[in-house]
Amino acid sequence: MITGAQAMVESLKQEGVSTVFGYPGAAICPFYDALRGSGIQHILVRSEQNAGHAASGYARITGRPAVCIATSGPGATNLFTAIATAYMDSIPLVVITGQVETRLLGRDVFQEVDTTGAAEPFTKYGYLVKEVREIPRVFKEAFHIASTGRKGPVLIDMPVDVQQQSLPFAYPASVDIRGYKPRFKGHPVQVKRVAQAICAAKKPLLCVGGGVHAADAAERVCRFCEQCGMPAVSTLMGIGVFPSAHPLYFGMLGQSGFRSANRAVEESDLLVIIGARVGDRAVNSPSALEQATEVVHIDIDSAEIGKNLGATIPLVGDAGAVIEQLCEQKPSGVWEQWLSHLRELREQEPRPYTEKPGAADPRRLVEALSEKMEPDAVYVADVGQNQLWSARYYRARGGRFLTSGGMGTMGYALPAAVGAKLAAPNRQVVAVCGDGSFQMSMMELGTAVQHGVDVKLVVVRNNRLGLVREIQQNRYGGREIAVDLSGSPSACGIAAAYGIPAWQVSDNGSLGQAVERLLRTDGPALIECLVDPKEATE
Amino acid sequence: MKRIISVLVENKAGVLSRTAGLFARRGFNIESLAVGETEDRSVSRMTIVARGDERTLEQVEKQLNKQIDVIKVRMLPAETATRRELVLVKVNADQQNRGGIIDIASILNAKIVDLSHTTLTVELCDRPEKVDLLLEMLTPYGIAEVARTGMVALQKGSEAIRTI
Repeated sequence: MITGAQAMVESLKQEGVSTVFGYPGAAICPFYDALRGSGIQHILVRSEQNAGHAASGYARITGRPAVCIATSGPGATNLFTAIATAYMDSIPLVVITGQVETRLLGRDVFQEVDTTGAAEPFTKYGYLVKEVREIPRVFKEAFHIASTGRKGPVLIDMPVDVQQQSLPFAYPASVDIRGYKPRFKGHPVQVKRVAQAICAAKKPLLCVGGGVHAADAAERVCRFCEQCGMPAVSTLMGIGVFPSAHPLYFGMLGQSGFRSANRAVEESDLLVIIGARVGDRAVNSPSALEQATEVVHIDIDSAEIGKNLGATIPLVGDAGAVIEQLCEQKPSGVWEQWLSHLRELREQEPRPYTEKPGAADPRRLVEALSEKMEPDAVYVADVGQNQLWSARYYRARGGRFLTSGGMGTMGYALPAAVGAKLAAPNRQVVAVCGDGSFQMSMMELGTAVQHGVDVKLVVVRNNRLGLVREIQQNRYGGREIAVDLSGSPSACGIAAAYGIPAWQVSDNGSLGQAVERLLRTDGPALIECLVDPKEATE
Repeated sequence: MKRIISVLVENKAGVLSRTAGLFARRGFNIESLAVGETEDRSVSRMTIVARGDERTLEQVEKQLNKQIDVIKVRMLPAETATRRELVLVKVNADQQNRGGIIDIASILNAKIVDLSHTTLTVELCDRPEKVDLLLEMLTPYGIAEVARTGMVALQKGSEAIRTI
């Protein structure tokens, strides 16, 4: 017999978990006690939200569910933003929260909140474990649900008394949930129809999304395009599926994407969407698009097909499995004219680089980072203007580009970078934030220092909430309010307080050198890059 | 468009709120929802009457199917389903008009299940259209209270929705 808390730790071991992210509190103390000496590394964050973001960064690199932990009440509610962020981007997490004693549930006792109920709209599934014997099954199921089908966060709420009770421990070998049988392979008839549609198309275009990364299918998707000669664009979440210089890749589409990519979508006669949910920032007017173009929609979540955009051919399955099936069909076509037209469009793309006194061009900053980072490096973009400059000017060369795409959660980059670095200690990891987003999670510099996590940080500083300022300029008659960040500390000064080396850069000429120095430094380091507050997001 | 959706779900805590929450969250219009145990005690059946266009109703079905605790979803066309709803109506009734109410009840095969000096309570279990008709006929007398269960339905014939 072991305790519930020991069973939780044992279950994590059975799932091969070696690192967890968390913040303790009274209701989760039995678990923490059992975690001592377990061999599982615990990363103490500085705010629960960042435990969730760090786990997200970790999961995106390993492809396996990552674990974050918080106590009941405020610990759990602080995690919610991170859970919702993971949910929107289909990131597999197993979230463990402490809960008050079962006999006190519903009495509004100290640090009680209905965690599973409140998190229900943005968790893939949630458990409130009232019977200690259920722990092994619940953990087995939670990891299974988080990591299969459309991935996502699964919550396990653990009342403190259940953690203290005893059970005979046996970890189940398999899972059988009768209402959950995700489809992996595509239906052969639909696959054939898609292949025929591609062959018949005059201007086919593939649009790749985050689902391709989730399926670890980037290489297979590239190979498919090369095999049949079909061009591709990407959503924000699909950045990095293709190397930026790939001859068949024509950039990111959407509101913040490239005009040439959007034109390609508009002009295509067959749009094959794979692993993307046609969000509003990617496709502004789905109804116009579905009238103009034949749409093939490939997604592991059948509910995404037809939700925002009607599909001529729906195809449910894992992006990797389906693309292999499509490769076997060997679709092809003569699209040279279409490709040369797309290349022309790309050539015409404006290049709005700027040269301003006392400020660096954020576009050149992102390009310098992309160029100097090792090819397999992980680039984590925060949210705001910095995200969109990053998305537009990041040059993928085989590394990963991580960002909070669906939720647009400020403060994501630093904790996610900490998680990513722990998942891939041998790869460079760089987080790029604005001065607004940096201040939402800068306390995590402490986490990086404490645990020796070698993340590099770039703070793009304009003393503004730049994206909101731009909205106020463009759509609210230039009436700025609440976007001035005067009073912010120097990012270099903050870094210094944590003993982290930091430099300021404020001109285009020094960008390359500053970036090189940042990447060369052992351990965490930071650059504060001054940019003009009037710099446009383009 | 109106659609009857028969949903077999795990009979456990939280499933009803997850399912009902789904309708609220996604902005689906729900006319009624009735839930109860089935022949298998580990399974409950929800009978949902939803409104929407073709695309919305397809989304309703898919979003329901996506729920981990949902075992089976089946759309039941009204013409191929046996449909029933139970209603209790407390209607104002005095000595003068009591006879008229009893006539209406008897024509519609409804039962008088309670009686007071000022009211009558009528029970009817029938197709929802008949329930509507009963309420319409009783309205002029002054309805004090109504309790409707929402529709339950099973497909006609020998075929059954199985959980496996």
